[in-house]
Amino acid sequence: MSALLEVEGVSKSFGGLRALSLCSLSVQRGSIAGLIGPNGSGKTTLFNVVTGYVRPDAGSVTFDEKSITGARPDEVFALGLGRTFQLTRIFARLTVLENMLVATQRNEGWLRSIMRAAASPAEQRRAMELLDFVGLARLSATKAGTLSYGQRKLLELAYVLVADPAVILLDEPAGGVNPTLINEIRERIVALNREGKTFLVVEHNMEFVMGLCHQVTVMHQGSAIVSGTPDVVRADPRVLDAYLGGGEEEDRDDVAVG
Amino acid sequence: MSAGAKSSTEAYVSDTGVSTGRRSAIAAAWLVFGALLLVFPILFSNPTVTTIAVFTLIYMTAATAWNGFAGYSGYIPLGHAVFFGVGAYTMALVSLHLNLQGGYEMFALVPLAGVAAAVIAVPFGLIALRTRRHTFVVITIAVFFIVQLLAFNLGFTQGSSGVQVATPLWTAASFNDRFYYAALVILLIAVLVSWGIRRSRFGLQLLAIRDDEDRARGLGVKVQRVKLLGFVLSGVTVGMVGALYAFFIGQIYPQFAFDPLFDVTIALMAFFGGLGTISGPLLGALILEPLQQYLTLQYSVGSLYLIIYGALFLIVILTMPRGIIPTIGDRLAMRRAERLGREESPSAAPVSPPVEVAPFSGAAR
Repeated sequence: MSALLEVEGVSKSFGGLRALSLCSLSVQRGSIAGLIGPNGSGKTTLFNVVTGYVRPDAGSVTFDEKSITGARPDEVFALGLGRTFQLTRIFARLTVLENMLVATQRNEGWLRSIMRAAASPAEQRRAMELLDFVGLARLSATKAGTLSYGQRKLLELAYVLVADPAVILLDEPAGGVNPTLINEIRERIVALNREGKTFLVVEHNMEFVMGLCHQVTVMHQGSAIVSGTPDVVRADPRVLDAYLGGGEEEDRDDVAVG
Repeated sequence: MSAGAKSSTEAYVSDTGVSTGRRSAIAAAWLVFGALLLVFPILFSNPTVTTIAVFTLIYMTAATAWNGFAGYSGYIPLGHAVFFGVGAYTMALVSLHLNLQGGYEMFALVPLAGVAAAVIAVPFGLIALRTRRHTFVVITIAVFFIVQLLAFNLGFTQGSSGVQVATPLWTAASFNDRFYYAALVILLIAVLVSWGIRRSRFGLQLLAIRDDEDRARGLGVKVQRVKLLGFVLSGVTVGMVGALYAFFIGQIYPQFAFDPLFDVTIALMAFFGGLGTISGPLLGALILEPLQQYLTLQYSVGSLYLIIYGALFLIVILTMPRGIIPTIGDRLAMRRAERLGREESPSAAPVSPPVEVAPFSGAAR
């Protein structure tokens, strides 16, 4: 098997709400995997479990044949698993370049981290290259808080790349972004994938997902219900059920009408 | 493309595009300021004035150290009086047990007080830094009152009867000067530490935590370690000035060594001058501490300054919510931009907006 990221039987409850229930998912090395499902189906919670923000109640997460179940977010990132957030999160009062440098990984003790400058020339050069890649190089000295929403999405993608992660999890990269920029983001993802990066993308924009991903997994009520190529997923009746409400017997009529 | 990237990198290296002329002007201002501090006791030998000066230096140091954590990380601790008191008691009790007679060797206890403050700061930070924002503020206040209560009730602190500290046998004329220069040395250390943090990787991580702690975690920042380190570092410096304070005052009591107003005061000084800047807390303390001492001496009403402080705080919040230094900085930048705009043709507007649109939303955090 060449699964780079493997989620097996993960469950997570928040109080009485079962956000994930025996959810399993595997992402092949070098692929672009999509994760879709109605609102509240547990996609973001699954992201949070994988990246260490949420500790699962049960199940395991394996990355590159190492268990990362319950690891802290900084450890997960250091291992080579980066993510972006649904609502972009950047450091508004730092400059664009400083945002990039936060993500620079160094293995140094606390004393060295105080004594040494924020970034070496090589680290700055690398950050500028990545800013250039997403087209933000000329804005490197401006405060990130002045960037537009789309630019923030690009910045978030760029600083996740700083640590050269093997897998990148994107939470709605095309959400709230104009069509031109969506294309730009798609091109960046495809280019990175060609270089060997693996992606797991949560997205509501079906056209975007179906056009981009090699493999799509559909989530519903905390579980992965269907997984396959875009064509297979599109044709599966369970997917339609999930999106149009419940899959209970009495809802079948609604599906027919829709 | 790569050429553009390269030039931007160089701009960052030279401190995000600050011109060399302006940088040397800033350096010159710091030199003049340092020189003035250095010769102050020579120019003013009146003991009343030099006493005020010693207190001012102590508060400048404490405000700088406090800002070195609060201003960079966005966490607002109101329990730093714990470190001040621990430092003061370390000086008083250790000199008492070693039977020191109040010579220069007493100053050797100042670093020891810093170590004592660190020993307290680690568990304090481990507990308090598990929480954020308002909860964090409340926890630090609670820890402060617990420690103050301990100072009143533990046997070795001698409770409310306080501790006498050996008085040096220096002549009245030079008495204050020695404390002045000792305080100046600690201030220098505090400012250098604050400046060093600002430009270090550790400082960048603190600033990232201030803007979005969870995002920083997801980019590999070990947030608990970074926060704890910042907290302890600022506690150490405050502990050191606490020790100096005890030696200077000559006797300490729980309610003065662990004074709830201490935190209100240093926080106000940092906010007043400009939170998160290096010169801000210095300026804030330089204005507010002499004012407080003057009012106390002049009207012999110890709490009058609190009313004045309150009024000043309101004025600052209303007119320059980010503090004096950032507000002045913005005005200057704006004026410079206008001048540049007039010199160049109006069509050749600069690409990067010179005016920061970064509201000080973190003030309440």
